[in-house]
Amino acid sequence: MSKSNLQKVLESGAFAVTGELGPPKSAEREVIEHHASYLNGKVDSVNITDNQTAIVRTSSIACGKIILDMGIEPNIQITCRDRNRIAIQSDVLGAAALGIKNILCLQGDHATFGNEPQAKNVNDLDSINLISTLKKMRDEQELLGGDKLEAPLNIYIGAVANPFADPFEYRVHRLAKKIEAGADFIQTQAIFDMERFERWMEQVRALGLHKKAHIMAGIIPLKSLGAARYMKNNVSGMLIPDHIIDRLKGAKDKKAEGVKIAVEMIEHIKTIEGVAGVHIMAVAWEEIVPEICERAGLLPRPTFD
Amino acid sequence: MIVGERKPLAEIIKAVEPYEKILILGCGECVTVCLAGGDREARETALALSIARQKAGKSVQVKSHTVERQCEYEYLESARELVEEADVVVSLACGVGVQTMNMYFEQKQTLPGLNTTFMGMPVKQGVWMENCLGCGDCVLEETLGICPIARCAKSMLNGPCGGSQDGKCEVSKDIDCAWHLIIERLMRFNKLDNIAEVKPPKDWSTSHHGGPRKTIREDVKL
Ligand code: SF4
Repeated sequence: MSKSNLQKVLESGAFAVTGELGPPKSAEREVIEHHASYLNGKVDSVNITDNQTAIVRTSSIACGKIILDMGIEPNIQITCRDRNRIAIQSDVLGAAALGIKNILCLQGDHATFGNEPQAKNVNDLDSINLISTLKKMRDEQELLGGDKLEAPLNIYIGAVANPFADPFEYRVHRLAKKIEAGADFIQTQAIFDMERFERWMEQVRALGLHKKAHIMAGIIPLKSLGAARYMKNNVSGMLIPDHIIDRLKGAKDKKAEGVKIAVEMIEHIKTIEGVAGVHIMAVAWEEIVPEICERAGLLPRPTFD
Repeated sequence: MIVGERKPLAEIIKAVEPYEKILILGCGECVTVCLAGGDREARETALALSIARQKAGKSVQVKSHTVERQCEYEYLESARELVEEADVVVSLACGVGVQTMNMYFEQKQTLPGLNTTFMGMPVKQGVWMENCLGCGDCVLEETLGICPIARCAKSMLNGPCGGSQDGKCEVSKDIDCAWHLIIERLMRFNKLDNIAEVKPPKDWSTSHHGGPRKTIREDVKL
């Protein structure tokens, strides 16, 4: 069965690059295509968020199909917040039938953060259960309940890790559990506190986890001081040290400084043993991704026949 | 215990508007302890209700009474006379008590005067905390007495989500992250191994998700 492009890149040992798109609050195909066009050819696969921060947006699978039609490989995010195991397994089959191969498993931000705060949070499965469910569907050709799938399922399973959440000492063990459950690749929360990320990677290497799954480091280019402050104060599980805020504060051209910080971080990350790539989350600032990739020496992207 | 909060008076006033003879019925168990629906609250509610009605210039006859336990038929008999002479009963018991009343005194309507909030405990004076969801399959042995189903906002089974910071839940700084507490406790007893293995998806059929539950004990059945 044919592997996803992301899988090929990661397995080739090349330093992988993924991007991210947030679907619009509308059914406008052109909007999705416009944002995606900046990423075409610059990254190996593009994450499509699943109602991120519990805000209702166009479905990640639908957007995945739209960018697939443009020749861009999607990486569909699935959270446990909105669907039970029946809906999730059905959607995974549907996504695969549409040609989507990468699926990223997340727990999902609590609904109280979003624009439907009265919603029931489903959480039938937790994110680790979700990973093992997908693995079972793929490797054993079986649904969670034991029913057999009528044909093999071809998916590449991703998970997230947040080295900046607490309790810090436990984080690496949670990663180990995700890999044990079946995660093939990992994308981390955006890194700003490099020192903490390095400490976490040390623990990852000590347990040999970087040899069991491909670990990609998260990058968010900061567009403005306001954006940085907002994330520092309002985004759960995000740590932005003061020295980053100060750097932006001192800069004349905030955007240029934000890009510079991102490029420097990528260059540094490339030198850390066990990191297999970067995941660049420039949601609503996709147009900057080509420049960051160029300056960080990530282009051209490898191709496979 | 079962914790509840009395409904706002305005809501109760509106619910009993069509009735003249009203009985406010308290319960002597959990809701007495959580200061929401015991004898004192029944008297206070009755008084407030009659003052409000009098102010509005409408006649009313409000009585209050409290039974030892509203969730069992045998304790309800003592209130029969008062229930029968009333047009309507407002129960200050939990939802279980309200339903027991409606089943026992079928001919009479008993309305809820309380919002039943959760199963929990007082953590300090005036503060109650939810800590059990009654899922029907207890995991407290593994998590050393801290329930991830009730106390984690996402009912996670395999450790903390990425939103846990400084021991607090991503939902609110006022909520402790249950998983942070569990991990601290496991470390204290050197039992992190309890959660080392991937826990399979939960069987929710033993909880309310499987439909209303019934417990049948053949050994004590008559
Ligand atoms: S922060 Fe802790 S308690 Fe809150 S949802 Fe995440 S794991 Fe659960």
